[in-house]
Amino acid sequence: MAVRQVAVVGAGPAGLAAAEAALSAGATVTVIESAEQPGGQYHRMLPRAYQATHPQRLQHHWRAFERRRRALLHPDCTWWPECTVWALEQAEPGMPPRVHVLDGSVDGTGRPRRVLEPDALVLATGVHDRVLPFPGWELPGVFTAGAAQALAKGERVVVGDRVVIAGTGPFLLPVAASLTEAGAGVLAVLEANRPATVLRGWASRPWELAAQVGKAAELAEYVVGQVRHKVPYAMGQAVIEARGDGRVEEVVIARVDPDWSVIAGSERTLAVDALCVSHGFSPQLELPMAAGCALTAAGFVEVDEDQRCSAPGVYAAGEITGIAGAPAAVAEGTVAGWFAAGGAPAAVSAARRRAAAGRAFARRLARAHPIGTAWPDWLREQTVVCRCEETTYAALCRAAGAPTREDPRAVRLATRAGLGPCQARICGQTVTEITARAREQADAPRAEPHRRPIAQPIRLGELAAPAAQAGPSDRPNMKESES
Amino acid sequence: MSPHLVPVEHDSVGRNDRPLQITVDGEPVPGIVGQSLAGVLLADGRLSWRRGPSGAPRGVFCGIGACFDCLITVNGVRDVRACRRRAADGDVVETQRRDEER
Ligand SMILES: Cc1cc2nc3c(=O)[nH]c(=O)nc-3n(C[C@H](O)[C@H](O)[C@H](O)COP(=O)(O)OP(=O)(O)OC[C@H]3O[C@@H](n4cnc5c(N)ncnc54)[C@H](O)[C@@H]3O)c2cc1C
Ligand code: FES
Repeated sequence: MAVRQVAVVGAGPAGLAAAEAALSAGATVTVIESAEQPGGQYHRMLPRAYQATHPQRLQHHWRAFERRRRALLHPDCTWWPECTVWALEQAEPGMPPRVHVLDGSVDGTGRPRRVLEPDALVLATGVHDRVLPFPGWELPGVFTAGAAQALAKGERVVVGDRVVIAGTGPFLLPVAASLTEAGAGVLAVLEANRPATVLRGWASRPWELAAQVGKAAELAEYVVGQVRHKVPYAMGQAVIEARGDGRVEEVVIARVDPDWSVIAGSERTLAVDALCVSHGFSPQLELPMAAGCALTAAGFVEVDEDQRCSAPGVYAAGEITGIAGAPAAVAEGTVAGWFAAGGAPAAVSAARRRAAAGRAFARRLARAHPIGTAWPDWLREQTVVCRCEETTYAALCRAAGAPTREDPRAVRLATRAGLGPCQARICGQTVTEITARAREQADAPRAEPHRRPIAQPIRLGELAAPAAQAGPSDRPNMKESES
Repeated sequence: MSPHLVPVEHDSVGRNDRPLQITVDGEPVPGIVGQSLAGVLLADGRLSWRRGPSGAPRGVFCGIGACFDCLITVNGVRDVRACRRRAADGDVVETQRRDEER
């Protein structure tokens, strides 16, 4: 059989594992990553220019990562850092799509275009934080928890000195740990779900957890760390409003019921200089959607046990298939890379079992940290829902209530919600939910907020210039020289 | 009270900071080599630099290129995500506003 060419998009835990597995199955591999360095969100690295003597101090599982990123130096691997996949184009039926790449720094100009035609494509593009709207969430000083994490881990910038971290999910804990390590004062970590909800989610089917001891141990480490640093961790509490003149100055904290409705009279205010929020994660779906991959009911990329998507020749791995943490992303990447390279099933049965356990873990995590259905009660008429276009809650409800607007797209056109620079990445799901709720029908026509044929911005001049048909090694390997 | 860089003498990762300078709307702003433009602006104590359609201030929200709140003009090129662009010594940064575009 001819050597298979595998393209991997994303060099986070999943993409790196996919590259490693595809190489060991004998394929030639091209790894495309828009950042300068591999690692993704979990192994976000310090800039090389910081010349850090102890970069591993901010990392978990550093040695495994060091080994995995060596895959990029393999003679059959082409590493394309600072290259962004901006479109996928269906070429021939039964084949994976053509991969359109822009070579150069994000949002640059005159970046050369390249086109790859791989035998198989692995998508490992990860997630971004999901943040529900609340009054004042658009104030400067309100960050996603991921932003605070990325700035602290990746640049050593601390977002503030009096910080509240709020939302739901175990991710709030590593963020608290990073901020504390970086010298910020973390006043409180607020998990909106109550212990009963979290325990019910975790404690059902405990055998599923055994396979995930790696992640469980890491979580336990955070909890112990919390105790040591004495960061108050409270459950059943939420930040329901941010206030301030031109920037966040105080937050309103309330106790909430299991459905996240506010318990009247429980509100209190706290002076802060930064607020970090995460209510979960949204997958970066533009590329899977462009490839024609089916999604699950929860809105992640649907894969089979071999990490195969519904589109031919396309595999998906990591958190775009569900939120289960970095170890599960690695297992999925291993499976995806191996099968994309045409490897025989028997050799990856262990990774397949770990990936299946990861999927079970993802289901538990989702059950343990659900988004309470009553959150829209936090909103006021003038609360901004779409940050880009500043569409208010009242405007959305009005538009959704109009009988002519059965189609969620009509609501968007009428209110401009989701039509600004972020193209509904931040508000898409929220607008769909508010629209459905406003119409009091649970199964409103499904919006597809992720259909963005242009996955990443490209400038007109770049589009007009001809693209190079790139073989996998057309660009000199830009090897990672750092140790 | 403001965002800031972990002081180099207290940073457990052992940095070797080398200075750079950019201008923001004509004003010189110091940074260190390797920072993103958002990192330079935040470490300079700035929380916001862009204005939304109503004129409301915006800065970093998502930190990873998803929200487009942090857009700036760099060396004459508009709509660059500050959180995803490395600062280069001498970069000429201009802030953007959407309230005047309309
Ligand atoms: C901001 C943020 C910070 C996080 N920090 C932590 C943490 O500290 N600890 C923790 O346990 N979990 C963290 N997480 C959760 C994280 O999602 C997982 O831990 C893990 O990184 C997921 O691995 P992945 O390989 O699926 O995706 P990622 O690690 O997200 O990797 C995806 C990669 O794909 C690249 N990419 C995306 N689109 C394109 C494109 N079009 N072209 C080219 N490249 C592209 C991205 O640049 C990225 O490097 C964080 C999540 C976010 C959003
Ligand atoms: S802060 Fe969201 S894109 Fe830069």
